[in-house]
Amino acid sequence: MRVTFTVNGRVHEADDVWEGESLLYVLRERLGLPGSKNACEQGECGSCTVRLDDVPVCACLVAAGQAEGREVVTVEGLAERSGAPGGRLSPVQQAFVDAGAVQCGFCTPGLLVATDELLERHPDPSDADIREALSGNLCRCTGYEKILDAVRLAAARGGETARDGEAARP
Amino acid sequence: MDFLRPASWAEALAAKAEHPSAVPLAGGTDVMVEINFDHRRPEYLLDLQRIGELHTWDADGPDVRLGAAVPYTRIIDHLADELPGLALAARTVGSPQIRNRGSVGGNLGAASPAGDSHPALLAAGAEVEAESVRGTRLIPVEEFYTGVKRNALAPDELIRAVRIRKATGPQQFSKVGTRNAMVIAVCAFGIALHPGSRTVRTGIGSAAPTPVRARAAEEFLAAALDDGRLWDTRGPLGPAVAGEFAELASGACNPIDDVRGSAAYRRRAVGVMARRTLGWVWGAYRGNEGRGAACA
Repeated sequence: MRVTFTVNGRVHEADDVWEGESLLYVLRERLGLPGSKNACEQGECGSCTVRLDDVPVCACLVAAGQAEGREVVTVEGLAERSGAPGGRLSPVQQAFVDAGAVQCGFCTPGLLVATDELLERHPDPSDADIREALSGNLCRCTGYEKILDAVRLAAARGGETARDGEAARP
Repeated sequence: MDFLRPASWAEALAAKAEHPSAVPLAGGTDVMVEINFDHRRPEYLLDLQRIGELHTWDADGPDVRLGAAVPYTRIIDHLADELPGLALAARTVGSPQIRNRGSVGGNLGAASPAGDSHPALLAAGAEVEAESVRGTRLIPVEEFYTGVKRNALAPDELIRAVRIRKATGPQQFSKVGTRNAMVIAVCAFGIALHPGSRTVRTGIGSAAPTPVRARAAEEFLAAALDDGRLWDTRGPLGPAVAGEFAELASGACNPIDDVRGSAAYRRRAVGVMARRTLGWVWGAYRGNEGRGAACA
């Protein structure tokens, strides 16, 4: 079957999609967007986390046909969505780099999408909020402390940006 | 495989009548796992995501009529006052990503004995609204589970909603697992006090072929509360009553040994959870913040 949906602001069409195929497979294998990672295929690891109509979901558990006509945001779309200038990382991505929160990198895309959504809801999250929001994302390098640092850093920088923005206003 | 995408509930019922083997698909948190692992190759997938009424609820009467596909996240955010036991259970489901997609209707459709919502539904009191082109019937939730991953739905029926009694007293839920997130229950226990009818209801998860109520424990406790006039006096519960309740709850289990835990462990853990949750709800009924004050 053919599936038409929006990914990172652009309409995509995928043809010859098998009816039992997951959104994750379509993203990676048919649309050439391998940022969302394929690991457990059972919703346990969070490395395929994307936004489906804004809601964080495991792309491996969404049937491709269920994405028809809907909007998906993947890790590939975070920078543009954040308004970062061409070629630059989004603030959340930059915070992960700066905090040393990336080891093997396999869990990183899912964590970035989950963190981005958390900070949208909670610009100043408590540690408990962070742990809860990221509880569906496993890091097998077990680099969780640096990941928490990165989220705190992104939140702090977001606060600065917001304050700068206010100060700049007349 | 065919992907059926009904645009309305009437179309969904017609599709299910025409293709009784069609597997309903909502959040996909169970069905897609089975497909990804090649454990299941249904002839038809029946996508229910586009049917708006399955994602809404009506809380005007004595029941909450909860649409079959309302995700757990919305239950936690919007229905914790009316359905406190279910909201607590919902908080233990998977992870945020899973709670954004998974639903009580899906839990009932899968009918796994380990489904997190079952103990809360059994404790609160609920009916499953099963519908087909032939009409609608209400199935008491305790009659809905017929075996391991089997339920009382006819091949042409779909779950439209679950009608759950609104809480009139404290409710609690407890679950044993190896960690706090993304864990299938080793076993679980739900309890609800119903002061209006002076009854207590319970639900046990993952410790029998189906979710079950601990009826002997419920009857014993209701009698003990009546005998001691405790519904009126709101006096303390003696340790003997709590101990007997725990023993009877443990006795209602019919567990197996499996990778998540042994039968003996499950029996013991259900007794411990029964005693603890009873302490929490009774403390709340007496006007104390039951949970956290004292860990039984």
